[in-house]
Amino acid sequence: MSASDTSTHALGGRETSPRGARAERLNVEQASYAYSPGADAAPTFTLTATSFQAHERELVAILGPNASGKSTLLRLISGTIAPLSGRVELDGEETSRLDVRTRAQRIAVVHQESPMVYPALAGDFVLQGRYPYGRALRFANKEDIGIAHNALAQVGADHLAGRTIGELSGGEKQRVILARALAQQPRLILLDEPTLHLDIGAQVELLERLRQLAQENRYAVVVVTHELALAAEFADQVVLLQHGRCLRVGTPAAVYQRDLLEQVFEAPLDVEVGPAGRPRVNVRARRGEDAT
Amino acid sequence: MRPLTVRRLLWICGGLAAVLLACVVLALKLGAVPISVTDLVWNLGRVAIGRSDQLPTEYRLIVFDLRLPRILLGILVGAALSVSGASFQALLRNPLADPFVLGVSSGAALGSILALIFAPQLPFVTPLGAFLGAMATIAAVYFLGRRGGELDSTTLLLGGVISASFLSAIIMFLMTTLAGRDLRGMVFWLMGDLSTPVPPGLRWIFTMGLLVGIGAIYSTSADLNLLLTGEREAIHLGVDATRVKLVVYVSASLLTALAVSASGAIGYVGLLVPHAMRLLFGSDYRVLIPASALGGAIAIVLADTLARTVVAPTELPVGAMTAMAGAPVFIYLLRRGMR
Repeated sequence: MSASDTSTHALGGRETSPRGARAERLNVEQASYAYSPGADAAPTFTLTATSFQAHERELVAILGPNASGKSTLLRLISGTIAPLSGRVELDGEETSRLDVRTRAQRIAVVHQESPMVYPALAGDFVLQGRYPYGRALRFANKEDIGIAHNALAQVGADHLAGRTIGELSGGEKQRVILARALAQQPRLILLDEPTLHLDIGAQVELLERLRQLAQENRYAVVVVTHELALAAEFADQVVLLQHGRCLRVGTPAAVYQRDLLEQVFEAPLDVEVGPAGRPRVNVRARRGEDAT
Repeated sequence: MRPLTVRRLLWICGGLAAVLLACVVLALKLGAVPISVTDLVWNLGRVAIGRSDQLPTEYRLIVFDLRLPRILLGILVGAALSVSGASFQALLRNPLADPFVLGVSSGAALGSILALIFAPQLPFVTPLGAFLGAMATIAAVYFLGRRGGELDSTTLLLGGVISASFLSAIIMFLMTTLAGRDLRGMVFWLMGDLSTPVPPGLRWIFTMGLLVGIGAIYSTSADLNLLLTGEREAIHLGVDATRVKLVVYVSASLLTALAVSASGAIGYVGLLVPHAMRLLFGSDYRVLIPASALGGAIAIVLADTLARTVVAPTELPVGAMTAMAGAPVFIYLLRRGMR
């Protein structure tokens, strides 16, 4: 793949977007970042200039193997770190410049589950999503409780409200964590490897639900994942990263090319076109290749 | 869903305050000279209507000059220690954190001893030295407890235990080399003892410091709830984590320092009481902080009453009582957490 190839994709901007009708939510423009152990030390990891846009009702997958810069890009988008160069804007405002409370009203971040120190009821956990709207000690009012119930209902988990988080299954827990994100009433939802501890049924259910929620609530959804097959099936747009470089941005059909994916993921793969025009990826074992 | 309401909060606090009042009456009644409850209520009533001059002299001496100040000190110290325990538990995300276990109490004790040695003429020197000692110790333990950028529970506790024994060794060294001091009094103070009243000039500062410290921590209790689920998550939910951690860290050190400078290193209250309150009322810090303050006061008043009466007329240091009750609970929690 040539350098010019990368740049045309990377700069492929607003005007060529096939979904011009939808309002643009997130604009990542030539954003870069570098981690250094000290002020004068050489950076140990660099994310080179990356650009893509996410519109409302759109699901974008950030795809790449481990240590490709996915989490760094997610942190840049969430505004926890500011880009060294370029811009990350949500509805025209730079995410890293928003104060922490406003940011929480606009961006919800769902991480891989974190261990709970003390047991909490799922309902109370979802109510935490109302924190950025409350004052002082944040006693929940009727509106907060209504929104939390609604959020649980949207992920099909109303019946879990009275259970403690610890006794939920992986899929149920993930739904409750997602409900907390919905209770924040954000414009953008970021998910970091949300399918990691889920079985395949729960993975499909989660991604279908995300697509549906993005439609209903006009969110933009950005999912960080290394699940090639799931991204191909559910993403509107794919951002492909490797070693801190953004290689391609585009629809799954445009990005999923066998040579490219094999090189990025360092695994022998088959890519075919499925019935809906979406690519299908299969892992191919190396055995008996010479026999064919 | 069972969100916390102001009503529920007030019921819990009211209930605990009633229990505390009962404990105070009991503590006033029991002792080397027993006093009947009727007399006590009668005389307290006289004081309340401003007729304290009608009190019999021995009453005034025993109840109002000896027992009551000691009980009030116990209330303040108990509240301070258990609130700071609950705060450290949230800050370090570790249910076993406690100012005594983490070595913060020893740091405060060493700080106040050093301050007494080097600058005995300065005002407020013991609480100030204790505060600096407490801050330095918790900072040291925090950095000892980090492993690869993350706080590691086991390393943190080991760091605390090792700091505590290191600091105690220095205290022992100072105490034995500095001849001419009242060694038995010092040993009592180190074990935690309420028999020395706070000097009258310091009483207001002491009380205000405790109230400000507890108030500052309480103002962050909604943030602490979120910090307990993880710092990263809390930031994404809109918590200004750096500010909250600083406020709680300084306030909790202040509370420990004031408690230690007044009554020595009373152990395990900060561990035992918040844990009991969590079992009773849940782990929401908006309840847990006031409940721990009242519960800590109850625990110390009861423990000190026991310390005064079990082997009367000899008195035990109250720290011995709390350690006897607290150490087994600590081991129980540790073993349960390991499973």
